[in-house]
Amino acid sequence: MLSHDILIVGGGLAGLAAALQADPSLSIAIISKVHPLRSHSVAAQGGINAALGNHPEGRDDNWEKHTYDTIKGSDFLADQDAAELLCREAIPMIYELEKLGVPFSRFPGGVIAQRPFGGAGFPRTCYAADRTGLVIMHTLFEHVWRRRIKIYSEWLVVKLLVEHGVCQGVVVYDLTSGLIFPVRAKAVIFATGGYGRVYLKTTNAYINHGSGIGIAYKAGVPLKDMEFVQFHPTSLYSKNILITEGARGEGGYLINRHGRRFMADYAPQAMELAPRDIVARAIQTEIDRGNGFENEYVLLDLRHLGAEKIKKRLPSVRDICLRFAGLDPIEKPIPIQPAQHYSMGGIDVDIRGATCLPGFYAAGECACVSVHGANRLGGNSLLETIVFGKIAGREASRYVKNSHIREANPSFMEAEARKIDERVEAWMSRRDGEKVHRLLNRLKVIMTEKVGIFRNEKDLALALEEIRNIREDYEKRGYLAGHNRRYSQEMVNMLEFEYMLDLCEVITMGALARRETRGSHYRLDYPERNDKDWLKHTIVTWKEGRPILSYKPVVITKYSPVTRLY
Amino acid sequence: MARKYLFRIFRFDPKKDEKPYFQDFFYEEEKSKVILEALMDIRNEQDATLSFRYSCREGVCGSCGLVINGEFELACRTRLNSLGKEVIVIEPLPNLPVLKDLVVDMEPFFQALEAIKPYVMAEEEIEGQGFQELKEESLWLSSPGYRFEEKEMEAIEPLTNCILCGCCYSACPVVARDERYLGPIALAKLYRYIRDPRDRRRFKDWQYVGTSSGLWGCDTVFRCNEVCPRQVNPAHALLSLRRRYLIEKIKQIFRRKK
Ligand SMILES: Cc1cc2nc3c(=O)[nH]c(=O)nc-3n(C[C@H](O)[C@H](O)[C@H](O)COP(=O)(O)OP(=O)(O)OC[C@H]3O[C@@H](n4cnc5c(N)ncnc54)[C@H](O)[C@@H]3O)c2cc1C
Ligand code: SF4
Ligand code: SF4
Ligand code: FES
Repeated sequence: MLSHDILIVGGGLAGLAAALQADPSLSIAIISKVHPLRSHSVAAQGGINAALGNHPEGRDDNWEKHTYDTIKGSDFLADQDAAELLCREAIPMIYELEKLGVPFSRFPGGVIAQRPFGGAGFPRTCYAADRTGLVIMHTLFEHVWRRRIKIYSEWLVVKLLVEHGVCQGVVVYDLTSGLIFPVRAKAVIFATGGYGRVYLKTTNAYINHGSGIGIAYKAGVPLKDMEFVQFHPTSLYSKNILITEGARGEGGYLINRHGRRFMADYAPQAMELAPRDIVARAIQTEIDRGNGFENEYVLLDLRHLGAEKIKKRLPSVRDICLRFAGLDPIEKPIPIQPAQHYSMGGIDVDIRGATCLPGFYAAGECACVSVHGANRLGGNSLLETIVFGKIAGREASRYVKNSHIREANPSFMEAEARKIDERVEAWMSRRDGEKVHRLLNRLKVIMTEKVGIFRNEKDLALALEEIRNIREDYEKRGYLAGHNRRYSQEMVNMLEFEYMLDLCEVITMGALARRETRGSHYRLDYPERNDKDWLKHTIVTWKEGRPILSYKPVVITKYSPVTRLY
Repeated sequence: MARKYLFRIFRFDPKKDEKPYFQDFFYEEEKSKVILEALMDIRNEQDATLSFRYSCREGVCGSCGLVINGEFELACRTRLNSLGKEVIVIEPLPNLPVLKDLVVDMEPFFQALEAIKPYVMAEEEIEGQGFQELKEESLWLSSPGYRFEEKEMEAIEPLTNCILCGCCYSACPVVARDERYLGPIALAKLYRYIRDPRDRRRFKDWQYVGTSSGLWGCDTVFRCNEVCPRQVNPAHALLSLRRRYLIEKIKQIFRRKK
């Protein structure tokens, strides 16, 4: 049986950072459902936060201020020790990335350039034009090459193997051969990213199904704060391709049908640069009140920035508009609408990236430390992937070297793989029923309509019921129309769908239970934050065949909750 | 009103089929769609065994390079109605082995890139210490931070826009006839690193590309620049690398004379 000391599942920034930090004397491998370079992280445009204090207006910035902004932005749900760690480590991290070769944009004088981003007291977002994710990904990947770390590309992990309460490895579906088999590992790190594609409108890549989160959950690992789903205010109307917050950071205006900069009514101080949850709700409210265009979108106006600034600072934004909407932002404002963007919640990990399952770690968007709490600030996510990716790589290495690890049990592992194989057989032997893309579409409609930006008790309860109906159809009527197992995206989708149902159920359960409004979780029937009852993390655990809800306190070091005004 | 198209798609499963063939699919476009969306619809509704790659759907991950009506393009950003034809022929990237249908093996392309050591080489690594191992205790390499102006990066700026889609490699006529040729982006990336103010590699570390499977292989017809979806212009960098090579060569001769 194929065997490694450490298996890293996911080749985005969190996975690559974990691989580069893992102890090189161990046998390390990365498994990814697409080639690592195709991971969603390449799409990040705006930048990555660190209180370098390079901006003329940012001289007084420091990591403690960054920490406070992060905590306030999180609506006080972030664990404060984790936020402190994140923001402190940010500074040496940027310098290391620079040393590894990331081509950051520069300020006169030669230091790394920084731009303002929403919810931040100072301009502290480092960037490389508007392709920050792309260049960091390529740089780290080139170092993975150089270290000759083994990569299994186009392998989908479908199950986490646990025996005697210890992580044993994973089961994979290898797209290249069409086979399903187990892989042994002493430690497994999940860096599987977000789940945007359970919504109709999302800025996420097509592949972002979030199955990793569901796989961990089904292996008995608790999920945390899943009801907190970030909606980005500015996605290109209809295609929902992200227009980076950098566009507002550089000075873009949001305009409604009456030509008014309506943010004045919602966040008179911060205006367009208020945190994402606030801007997204403001836009949706404008649209719902009939102040939008075609009841679908408002405008993001960049024209006053001038051609030169747009070309130099926001070339990808311009390119996206030209390509996908056929308009030039130098001449015309951009039609935009909110769309799902980021998952604050995820696999419950501590500040070492460890879960409650020995040998199993998680980092990046699929994990919840929690540093983002109820709402993530722009530029903090790339930061998290690298800081906590590295920490997970280090901790998993320590675990492998220092603990006594039980021998694997190959017959158990083979049997688990066979079970999945038999499921696929069964799907293929059905002659008709429901195809996975239809099931998925039904799920997306429910999540968008009932578990979206604005929520209420009735809709959430209905959604929960509907999700359970879809699950029943999936179990009883799901089938695979294609009978070639090599490179079958249909099989990928079918195998992942089970987990998408799980995570939608967990999101909805958490949202229904949380009778308050906090950060991205907005309850029309409970529009106030309620610290007395709800300043706590939601935990959902799969036990004996059903989800169990519980809560966990927030770690508070020194910042007591205040009302969030911008 | 729905527009009607005929898709003629390359099919091949080397594990099953004796040889490749084209399969026709009728497709009705309700609202304006891109090729990738149409392929997904065809897969969902007509033939679930059709294989192709995708991820970001916004032209930045480099998954979906294809030959569409004879032109290299990213499927995710090519609108059907921009092609001006009712018949749309779709083929995988040439010069790379077909794994299944539109999915090709990118290994030769990646290997060429790996060969030029595509990363910033710091002083200590060239002196033979190898990659600086990260100590277990510290998460970060110690580094004071560099200082260099944006204009020092100007020469390499377009090269950092590359998404490694492989179109340039696949379209290159020299790659087609000489499989040892490194191809446009590997050589352009070498130039990117040589010109990086942080890189310390010396001429003798990259001199080996001055052969017919490296620098001198290119026949400068610029197919690579033409097909690149991100305006990287790898051949421009390749020509700059040639100039650099010649200058270094001349310097070498003078040094020897002294
Ligand atoms: C359009 C966009 C722009 C953004 N811009 C910014 C920004 O400017 N600044 C910022 O801080 N953040 C930004 N973000 C957020 C940030 O990009 C993501 O949170 C971050 O990149 C996630 O990285 P990751 O490594 O956790 O996951 P990903 O990059 O999504 O990688 C996940 C990996 O897991 C693999 N995988 C998943 N499931 C499986 C499985 N079952 N089996 C095998 N492999 C699997 C995938 O193949 C992939 O390699 C942006 C997000 C979006 C959508
Ligand atoms: S240079 Fe252009 S064509 Fe070549 S790999 Fe890069 S993006 Fe693709
Ligand atoms: S210019 Fe050179 S590298 Fe580019 S396609 Fe032609 S031969 Fe290949
Ligand atoms: S899907 Fe990413 S480039 Fe087309």
